[in-house]
Amino acid sequence: MNTVWALTGIVIKELYRRKDFYVLFVLTALITLAAGSVEFFKDPNIVRYVKDLCMLLIWVSALLITIATAARQIPAERESRTIFPLLAKPVTRGQVILGKFFGCWLASGTALAVFYLFFAVITGSREQHWPVLDYLQAYLLQWIMLGIVTAMTLLGSIVFAAPSSTVTILFIVVAGILFLGRHLNTVALHNPEPLRGIIYTVYFIIPHVELFDVRERVVNDWGLVNWLDCGLAALYAAAYTALFLLLTWLAFRRKSLN
Amino acid sequence: MDAILQTEDLCVEYRTRGLKAEFKPALQELNLSVHAGEVFGFLGPNGAGKTTTINVLLGFIPPTRGTAYLFGIDVRQPIARQRIGYLPEMTYYYKFLTVEELLRFYAKIFKLPSADAERRIDYLLKLVELEPARKRLIKTYSKGMQQRVGIAQALINNPDLLVLDEPTSGLDPLGRMKVREIIQRLKNDGKTVFFSSHELGEVETVCDRVAIINQGELKTLGRVDELVARHGANLEKVFLDIVGYQSQPAL
Repeated sequence: MNTVWALTGIVIKELYRRKDFYVLFVLTALITLAAGSVEFFKDPNIVRYVKDLCMLLIWVSALLITIATAARQIPAERESRTIFPLLAKPVTRGQVILGKFFGCWLASGTALAVFYLFFAVITGSREQHWPVLDYLQAYLLQWIMLGIVTAMTLLGSIVFAAPSSTVTILFIVVAGILFLGRHLNTVALHNPEPLRGIIYTVYFIIPHVELFDVRERVVNDWGLVNWLDCGLAALYAAAYTALFLLLTWLAFRRKSLN
Repeated sequence: MDAILQTEDLCVEYRTRGLKAEFKPALQELNLSVHAGEVFGFLGPNGAGKTTTINVLLGFIPPTRGTAYLFGIDVRQPIARQRIGYLPEMTYYYKFLTVEELLRFYAKIFKLPSADAERRIDYLLKLVELEPARKRLIKTYSKGMQQRVGIAQALINNPDLLVLDEPTSGLDPLGRMKVREIIQRLKNDGKTVFFSSHELGEVETVCDRVAIINQGELKTLGRVDELVARHGANLEKVFLDIVGYQSQPAL
């Protein structure tokens, strides 16, 4: 585990020393600040709408940071050939994958925490209302979901040729699941066989990342989700994350590096 | 004598790209054994299979057939690399780190206790003369300095076997001298060194034994002094004879 944590530290160090990471971060912070500060005619519906937009922005930014970071990890190691002195040491490819995973997941979690903190401070100071537990739950669920996305992206980075294609494909896939995932079973019902079977299979295979989206509850102040349900969702995410990491390892373990 | 590095009928084949994919041999039944305390030169023209051999030894590519062992452990097991140091031909290090951070990272991988790691880092930075630049990012280093980072990282675990892939390639005479001094020092300390090189004069000076390969096949293996005596010429001439070089008639 020592090796995995050492690799995790390197991923995080690289992220905070790269300037491009901060661009999206500052941009999101500025837009959240601007949108959160505006009170449109003190109309609660408009305020809720703006809050919803801010939350959407946090989701999109967190996804972009996670996918863009994870997609370049292993290809960059191969391209810059830093993988050679690394694997010449007693390091397994499985440890490399785990180190990269934890590094990206922790980094995206840190960025997400800052986004939520920012959002909570802005909205809280305007509304004099501090639903801290709601924000904490929304943050934790989203961070757990980012674990699945990180693992999926690492797999994509081994399978696809270039990091740019991994980023594009993964962003489309994750956005597709977020927006359409919950409706696939309804769509299947309205289709004849064999299409119905295919759509059902897709519905049951894909990781339902939309389960972790509690934006509506936060924006409308509907209260907390049962923590037991959150625990089950975390187990669901852990199973998918483990599956994707296993597939990444299977694809990477015998890959020639030259 | 115990073999520290051993290959048995090692074969590597590459699949060519294109519609008519073929298997092209890069290494053919290579049998080598390197013993404790010796400096072993691995020679061959470009494309002979030197780097492929090193890539198999370090687990970067799997052999098609045959086996290779480091300290009696199959190279496919990462623990086989616990007691080795590797210096690649070019400088491939995390350039967003300082040399101190890089060495600390590798020390963690070798599970060196923190105090020992710090002592070792201080010693190595003095050895490769990077002490004044220890807090600077590697990306700001010159090529020679980056090569010295390579030497320091290869020695972080005080390895019993050092694998050097053309260590002096692209270095100025001072850099070459430094590498040669380090190899000599390791030899005096009883370490084993396995290195590939094109610098035949250098090999003749520091190596105990050499192997010459060409087109993936082992052509000769023996003590440098014996090879030189047998051919009645220096190592360069021996090398050229073995790889079948014929000089062109004068224009």
